Amino acid sequence: MSERIIELRDIKKSYGQVYALGGVNLSVDRGEVVGLIGDNGAGKSTLIKILSGVVKPTSGEILVRGKPVAGWSAARSRDAGIETVFQDRALAVQQTIVRNIFMGRELTGFMGWLKVNKEVAEASRLMREIGFTSKVFTPQSIVGQLSGGERQGVAIARAIYKQAELIILDEPTTALSLTETAKVFHFVRQVRASGRSILFIGHNIHHVFDIADRFVVLDRGKVALTADRSEVKSADDLINFMEDVAHPGGLPGLHEGAEQRA
Amino acid sequence: MSKAMEPDLQSPLGRASGQMAKKAAKEWSHPSDNWLRGFVLDNRASLGTLAVFIVMMAVFMLANPTVFTTWYLYSSVLTTLPVALFVVVPLVFVVTCGEIDLSFPATMGFASWVFALVVQAGYDPFLGIAAAVVTGTLLGFLVGSLVVYGGLSSLIATLGMNFLLRGLIQIINEGKSTALTNLADSTAYKIFSSQIWGIPVQIFWAIAFVVFSALLFNRHRFGAQVKVVGDNPDSAKQMGIDVKLVRVKVFVFTGIGAAIAGTFSVMINFTWWPTAGDGYLLPVLASVFVGGTPTWGGIGTVVGGAIGAVTVSFIQTGVVAAGLSGFYVQFFNGLIIILSLLGHKWNQARYR
Repeated sequence: MSERIIELRDIKKSYGQVYALGGVNLSVDRGEVVGLIGDNGAGKSTLIKILSGVVKPTSGEILVRGKPVAGWSAARSRDAGIETVFQDRALAVQQTIVRNIFMGRELTGFMGWLKVNKEVAEASRLMREIGFTSKVFTPQSIVGQLSGGERQGVAIARAIYKQAELIILDEPTTALSLTETAKVFHFVRQVRASGRSILFIGHNIHHVFDIADRFVVLDRGKVALTADRSEVKSADDLINFMEDVAHPGGLPGLHEGAEQRA
Repeated sequence: MSKAMEPDLQSPLGRASGQMAKKAAKEWSHPSDNWLRGFVLDNRASLGTLAVFIVMMAVFMLANPTVFTTWYLYSSVLTTLPVALFVVVPLVFVVTCGEIDLSFPATMGFASWVFALVVQAGYDPFLGIAAAVVTGTLLGFLVGSLVVYGGLSSLIATLGMNFLLRGLIQIINEGKSTALTNLADSTAYKIFSSQIWGIPVQIFWAIAFVVFSALLFNRHRFGAQVKVVGDNPDSAKQMGIDVKLVRVKVFVFTGIGAAIAGTFSVMINFTWWPTAGDGYLLPVLASVFVGGTPTWGGIGTVVGGAIGAVTVSFIQTGVVAAGLSGFYVQFFNGLIIILSLLGHKWNQARYR
């Protein structure tokens, strides 16, 4: 079996009395695309924030490449090779593309002075690599001048710099045009082909179904289903299952699958 | 590109993007290829401030050519201007970081008080400067920690700290000033506060400070993180930046600047007053915004702030020297501030 990039064990997160996550187990192996789906309020965002280190879990264990980690934080998560493209893209829109790509990971030399030329060269290489280029902007352009798809490109460029092992894409196709969505899909396949992993979060089950090797359905803070692609016949199966979870009664076969994996 | 890796997918779209990339790679250059145009675009806030300054000086010179061609006028401005520069520049960092610091006048007073005490006790003024800078650093850390870790509004908390620290100075000194008569003979005085070829030496130190800070702002990790934190603190946090630490650091930087400023003002007058630094609050704030740093955070200009300080320093001197009575000073102060803000609003778009 291939290497396990990250594993969450019995992760719980409560905000006061409210449990956002009530004991979630989730793992991502090298080179696989995991599709994470769930209704609004299922705990997807909280789970992503925990994976990216922005939010600390109330309890539970995080293992990176099989080893438990202590003092989990955003910086630690990035050091471990986990990059997140947040739903809001997490860009500083008044700054240049270069400054956004190297946000929190500035290329510095002696005593923290920036290697500006190297940053610009790397940024233009990255932007070209993922095909988010145009003759109207350069690495020194202000992000606020870019379109939604171009901004997504900047966020993705930031994620692939440093050869991340796992890239988390949080609703990457929301508010994108068809062409831009196709570009994102193209990027996901490119990443998988290079042997890295993706955790793909989406509202659009058809999108997730098209792209993922494995599906994880989250419901009210718990994993309701984990299923390999071979176990699910069509996107409609997944939709039916989610409806079933929301309104219990039916589809027992999929429940068994859930117990097996969890 | 990636086409070799995965030739079969999304064929029409994949090809389109591949062609686009190839074309763009060839024309990967800014529309403003011309270096001059690029320079103007990148520095329009500070250039705008410079334009305001030049127009203002031209008006003054036309009004009274004789006074404005005498060196004495410039010499006096160049003596006091450095004091303002040492606080305007760090304040650009604070405002760019999305905060404000109104406690710097009291920090100036407090740190220069420590300087005065050390010098009065007979120690070398260099030691006094070191002690003042340490005091400024600690006060900056105190104010910054209060705002950042206490989760307080920097506007109100630093205003409170300004009153609190000034009050402490007043309680202990009961309004009495300290004269430093032996200061003039010291090496420190010659290095930091004398004249070279008739030019006040303070201005050289201030220029060095401005240049260093401009590099820190534009070419150092600290400046890069200050801008990102001021622009989008949530994103900065998500990207692993210690947002709180960056915020505390800008207050520490202001504390250090205020300490140097306070010490320089004491060295000009050979006297420390319990009110030292008080008069700088409004002119310094005005300089930052006249200089083209917007109030909303994320962007700013150190050089613009410095030019703003020069502009504000010349208003008072200029109005009186141009032959108008002192009653006009405040009016012109306000006029320059409003005109500059209107100019900057037209000059820079705000991206969201």
